[in-house]
Amino acid sequence: MGRTVFEKIWENHVVAEREDGETLLYIDRHLTHEVTSPVAFEELRSKSRRVRRPDLTFAVMDHNVPTTERSLPVTDELSSAQMAELARNAAEFGITLLDYHSPWQGIVHVIGPELGLTLPGITLVCGDSHTSTHGALGALAFGIGTSEGEHVFATQTIWLKKSKKMEIRLEGELQRGVSAKDVILHVIRHLGTGGMIGHVVEFTGEATRRLSVEARMTLCNMSIEGGARTAIIEPDEKVIRYIRGAPYAPDGDEWEEAVKYWSSLRTDPSAIYDARFVFDVSRIEPQVSWGTNPAMTVGVTEQVPSPEDYEDRTKRTLVERALRYMGLRPGTRITEIPIDVVFIGSCTNARLSDLIEAARIVKGRRVKQGVRAMVVPGSMLVKRRAERIGLHRIFIEAGFEWRYPGCSMCIAMNPDRLRPGERCASTSNRNFENRQGPGGRTHLVSPAMAAAAALEGKFVDVREIEPADIGDLGLRARLDEPWVR
Amino acid sequence: MPEPITVMRGKAAPLEADDVDTDQIIPAEFLKIIEKRGLGKYLFYRWRYSEDGSKKPGFALDDPKFRDASILIAGKNFGIGSSRENAVWALVDFGIRCIIASSFGDIFYNNASKNGLLCIKLPEDKVRQLRESARSGELYLTIDLPAQTITTPVGESIRFEIEPHVKERLVKGLDDIAITLSKYGEKIKKFEEGMPRFLMPRPRRFVVE
Repeated sequence: MGRTVFEKIWENHVVAEREDGETLLYIDRHLTHEVTSPVAFEELRSKSRRVRRPDLTFAVMDHNVPTTERSLPVTDELSSAQMAELARNAAEFGITLLDYHSPWQGIVHVIGPELGLTLPGITLVCGDSHTSTHGALGALAFGIGTSEGEHVFATQTIWLKKSKKMEIRLEGELQRGVSAKDVILHVIRHLGTGGMIGHVVEFTGEATRRLSVEARMTLCNMSIEGGARTAIIEPDEKVIRYIRGAPYAPDGDEWEEAVKYWSSLRTDPSAIYDARFVFDVSRIEPQVSWGTNPAMTVGVTEQVPSPEDYEDRTKRTLVERALRYMGLRPGTRITEIPIDVVFIGSCTNARLSDLIEAARIVKGRRVKQGVRAMVVPGSMLVKRRAERIGLHRIFIEAGFEWRYPGCSMCIAMNPDRLRPGERCASTSNRNFENRQGPGGRTHLVSPAMAAAAALEGKFVDVREIEPADIGDLGLRARLDEPWVR
Repeated sequence: MPEPITVMRGKAAPLEADDVDTDQIIPAEFLKIIEKRGLGKYLFYRWRYSEDGSKKPGFALDDPKFRDASILIAGKNFGIGSSRENAVWALVDFGIRCIIASSFGDIFYNNASKNGLLCIKLPEDKVRQLRESARSGELYLTIDLPAQTITTPVGESIRFEIEPHVKERLVKGLDDIAITLSKYGEKIKKFEEGMPRFLMPRPRRFVVE
């Protein structure tokens, strides 16, 4: 029987197998950050254990860093203490740290791929659920807990039971103004928040192949919101171009060897999945979440649903609760919902291509009076590249704040947060209650939809807006081959 | 290292919700605490407390009749979302030893197994039935992990399935790292010797952006 790309990478990393079905898998990269690591390091210390492979372990500060001017002190004492703790642990255990002031600092799932730490065919873990993002490059990447992280620190391996395999085949051509974010929101709407539980999802099909590497990251990133153990996409020429020349990527003869290996990482035609779904992406319109989990999503031309639409009692209670929290009435048209805040950022949608999509909508226009709008680039590198092609000016002239990188208002551990009752068009990944700040109301959308909402002060169908020409500026080359001049 | 679990008896409390994400179990602002003990007071914080810190009425676990509950009967997809192990630490610190639901978020489920928190998966109608009887505040369950049974006060015995490795870890309260290093240390070393160099991170001194 043929094997999927996931199975091939898995089998290449098996150290041992136990009779009970658990596999000891070798981990090629361990990325870590200030929030989920302190207890793991403390446990290592208390048992006099070391980090087995500090050369394969990388730490970055992202979750609670301020996004304001870096020269200012971090005023939140707890955040500051957590950052200091990571610095102390990195020094003590000999791990490379990209700290608050590093020119390569950024959200862990943005910097991994852009620095070439993430490569096709490797196994990667991080104490963060959105680690599935790295699957877009053909890496097998798992989000793990703190105890599992401690195990990886100490042994460079993890015990896992092989997940089931799910294929999500994307066919057809996206409409103008519709992005990977809309696709994944649509998929989660149809499969539910638990629809992918226990599965490694592989995205396949012509529409997946047509997506840019960064758009594929958006797809894999949010698969966790459907419950997936992780997601993966076969690495192709686009992926190879994307990492060529990156600081940590192989070079010289090793590059040639690597490319040869990566080209072998294909799902065999005879491989069999445990579950399969096919979506025609040409029928997907821009999506807007209306409720308090990512499956509570509708198309922009639809309306807020009513509890009456659901037969199941538990489901009806859930919808009632969500509507109450969101302050929405059933039957309200999505395009009638006013917003107070716009957040363009997060590991889902803060890469250069996301900012370009948003800038095309924003250029030459103004943020609606009364709307607070901010752009938080995913990394220092994204920020510098965006500034080099003038995106920051487009945003600032329109009335957006242009910030420093971090997780920011996606998780609201730093000062970027909603006030109670505020309604936000957000390019992040979770619309859970209180996620963006106590009492805050989150609507998940694509970068273009968020940008359009900022201009109008309410949701609009971005397909009706003609995107501005922001000039070529060698953009295309830079997006496909960011490290090659 | 967690305490081994064999047979436990405790009161069950109902949690009437599906899709309970880990942001609800413990909000992100409490993730800045660099300790795993003492998080119980922040469990379901936004469901239990108002903005001004006052107690909200109506949350089951604050109801006097459930205060001593150690078993939580939830719905489906319990513990989805963020990987924060703090969600498990908070539940354990609060006194919860077992959660019964029809499905769990994968990462949460793994995290629970490393901290002596037993997660039992039962069919949806069974979970609903238990949740309804738990409302009385009188549902004491006896859970026998080695035998994989739940016994109700009326003597009904419910069999549950659990992965052998999860069961073993919980029953023995094992230190995974010590076992991996002692039993598999040589194999790990051998694996490392065969790793292709081209997949190692290669830092370069000068980088052209």
